[in-house]
Amino acid sequence: MAEAVVIRGLNKQFSSPDSPDRTVHAVRDVNLTVEPGQLVTLLGPSGCGKTTLLRMIAGFEEPTSGDIMFGDRRMNDVAPNRRDAAMVFQSYAIFPHLSVYENVVFGLRLKSLPAADLKAKADRILEITGLTAMQNRSPNQLSGGQQQRVALARAIVMEPKVLLFDEPLSNLDAKLRETMRVEIRELQQRLGITALYVTHDQIEAMSISDRIVVMNGGVVEQVGAPWEVYARPATRFVADFIGKANFVPGKVVDGGVEIAGQKFSLAHPTDQPNGSDVELVLRPEAVALSADSGVFAATVKRAMFLGNVAEYLLEVDGIGEWLVDVSNPGEVGLHERGSRIFVSPSQASLHVLP
Amino acid sequence: MLTNARSQLRILARDPILLALVGVIFAAILVFVVYPLAMVFITSFQDRGQWTLDHYGLLAERRLYKNALANSLSVGAMVGFLGVVIGYIAAFVLTRLDVPFKKLLHLITILPIISPPFVSAVSILFLFGFNGLITKQMLGLQDFSIYGFHGVVWSQVFTFAPIAYLSLRGVLASISPTLEDAALNIGATRWQTFWKVTFPLTLPGIASAFLIVFIESLADFGNPLVLAGAAFPMLAPQAYLEITGSFNLPRGAMLAVILIIPSITAFAIQRYWLAKRQYVTVTGKPTASTSKIVSDPVKWLLYAFVLLFALIVVMFYAVIIVGAFTQVWGFDYTPTLAHFAYVFNVGFKTVIDTLIIAIITTPISGILGMLIAYLVVRKTFPGKSAMEFGSILSYAVPGTVVGIGYILAFNDYPIVLTGTLTILVLCFVFRYVPVGIQSGIAVLRQIDPSIEEAAQNLGASSLTTFRKVTLPLIAPAFFSGLVYAFVRAMTAISAAIFLVSANWNLMTVQILNQVGSGRLGVAAAYSILVILIVLVAIGVINAFVNRMTRHTNMVRF
Repeated sequence: MAEAVVIRGLNKQFSSPDSPDRTVHAVRDVNLTVEPGQLVTLLGPSGCGKTTLLRMIAGFEEPTSGDIMFGDRRMNDVAPNRRDAAMVFQSYAIFPHLSVYENVVFGLRLKSLPAADLKAKADRILEITGLTAMQNRSPNQLSGGQQQRVALARAIVMEPKVLLFDEPLSNLDAKLRETMRVEIRELQQRLGITALYVTHDQIEAMSISDRIVVMNGGVVEQVGAPWEVYARPATRFVADFIGKANFVPGKVVDGGVEIAGQKFSLAHPTDQPNGSDVELVLRPEAVALSADSGVFAATVKRAMFLGNVAEYLLEVDGIGEWLVDVSNPGEVGLHERGSRIFVSPSQASLHVLP
Repeated sequence: MLTNARSQLRILARDPILLALVGVIFAAILVFVVYPLAMVFITSFQDRGQWTLDHYGLLAERRLYKNALANSLSVGAMVGFLGVVIGYIAAFVLTRLDVPFKKLLHLITILPIISPPFVSAVSILFLFGFNGLITKQMLGLQDFSIYGFHGVVWSQVFTFAPIAYLSLRGVLASISPTLEDAALNIGATRWQTFWKVTFPLTLPGIASAFLIVFIESLADFGNPLVLAGAAFPMLAPQAYLEITGSFNLPRGAMLAVILIIPSITAFAIQRYWLAKRQYVTVTGKPTASTSKIVSDPVKWLLYAFVLLFALIVVMFYAVIIVGAFTQVWGFDYTPTLAHFAYVFNVGFKTVIDTLIIAIITTPISGILGMLIAYLVVRKTFPGKSAMEFGSILSYAVPGTVVGIGYILAFNDYPIVLTGTLTILVLCFVFRYVPVGIQSGIAVLRQIDPSIEEAAQNLGASSLTTFRKVTLPLIAPAFFSGLVYAFVRAMTAISAAIFLVSANWNLMTVQILNQVGSGRLGVAAAYSILVILIVLVAIGVINAFVNRMTRHTNMVRF
């Protein structure tokens, strides 16, 4: 059932409503392949083109150029109601005049299935999504999380080729968001449906995706598994957008790097030529901090206790400001502002930006 | 821009039903709205096939036409002014002040909107005419004449002040009373608060209400025909007389064009200039706060004013009811059923005709209104704004002009429709669909578009989406569109009077004929019948729309 989604050279230009001559390039030369059964996240700040891309896949927007393929079928000229790409909307878009059950079977009724089949499919999905007990309720009697489940059930019951999620959890509170994203991921894997998932929440993206597509300004910055985009960001934007990052200037020397006179070897060699100036990404948790000894000396500019970690802003001698996280700070206490300490970057975590 | 239109067309082509629908609606608007108007313009510039400006020259030469224009404009301005004063006070009292019987007073105040166009005119004749109850019987005046400026103005004020009231009610309700509280709080007096805060904020709304009443007054046909009298010519009845009296189509068309100009100007100012300048300081639920800017004596003075207006409205209807059961008003006040007997024996075919026309018009107009609103708000296609403009155009054009346009356009090859049921239905549908469209647009803009996208995403075509999702959600607008179409089909006169025939006649035209031949009792009986039918129909439509959308009433947007 699951199909690959292939996107080739996709562009979308909007003419801005105020001045028809000016155009906004919302999606620029996007190439992407989603393997059958995979869940791929489109991640980026608001206005990066991720929702436009998803809406083009659903058929609600017309690409300016490029191809959208489900399997080997080109979908560009297929109307949205014939694409078999069920979508879960950010606002849920539940039909307010229909009961939960009628919402779920809305699409099945249009397929004119035999009544018994329809009932069986609906019952199964209501069961899976835990809505059986409230199937006769009206949507305005449901909580946000329950409405979210109705939207999900309504999409999944169609057994679509492709499942599309447009920031489905952004209207839920933090706790519920965590539960729901686990449920969505489990359901998607159990049913083996190819899924595209739009979000601006990097934690959400990393926790549920097979692969993440990081977008910025309509352009795909990087495509990779969650650990790849985090540990091996392809651009400065990706490093900065996903998690926190210190950008450290360095120089390539004999396959390793030199930072402020200190030499480090690299776990993943860079292809930058010997002697060239580079920028390294150093995550705050990849730095060891000590009162007595280390590679670089530093001064504490700010210290914040956050419970599971302490977050320090340091002025590292000869380099600049670094953010450093120290885990389990309850045990060791905080270094006070102004105190002199030592830091040592973890060699294995040092990553040279290409 | 061109590539834009092409890509819009491509999207349209993917949805053949939508494409066909857009095409059919465009064609219909062209044939039944634009073409008749164009015929009016063309005819007014022609004389026996030759292009000429002669007819317009008459406007300067002939006193009759000059006076008609001046009279129509001065009546319109006067009615606009008085209507706004009454409407503003009523709206202020009924939305802002804590006074008893607000709901009842509201209903009485808007009652004239659903009644046939002659209720106030006939009542005024009953009360102030040559045999009027007040003028002759009570005051003993022998040579008092209600005909002319005063008669038309008073009759129109009672017909159109309720429209100003409704419009200003919306304006006042969208301005938060907390602004007045804020002004009082920083030391303004009540008088200053009104003139520096409330009044300026409502000024665009006042101007808008004035223009709406002005347009209605210009377009009004019934009141002037009954109450203007021969010495006080007005544009709309004069155009009618040129055509039906002297069979002079070009002159009628010329007067129609003269009538259009101020109407369209006022409409354009109201819609495209004022509408953008209205203030809305309440978003979401209006706060229920009573105004503190009037002192108690002023409050009761204003209340008394509203009460007086309501009393006069009630009196007008009471007079009509009494008149319908009175032998000969002014001479013989014996109760009788003779007028109703006349209606049911001689005039019953007209009642059936009117009902058939209204019943055919209502659903067509209601559904077309929702369809056009849906297309305009939710779809992109080339010529969308032209469609919106075309569909509301006939709303801005006085009925007399539309009527003249229809006889000019559909009397002859290629489309011959005069004297048929079809022409009346088409005229009503395209004249009264704009109200449905406008309320449909307003409601649709509040509904999350992804609800419709979700339906499409689940496999529903455009038409299925409209039928199963959009229509139930816009039921309130659908309801008001249906009611408006029905009420207007039952009460219309200005365009319809050109289109009726022996085969298909209307009750309103009958009322006019009866007034013309002095049988006010029969006219009153017809009026009561119209009002009863309208009330029953509103109930039926309400029940029908509720049934159609059983679940919707549980949902609040």
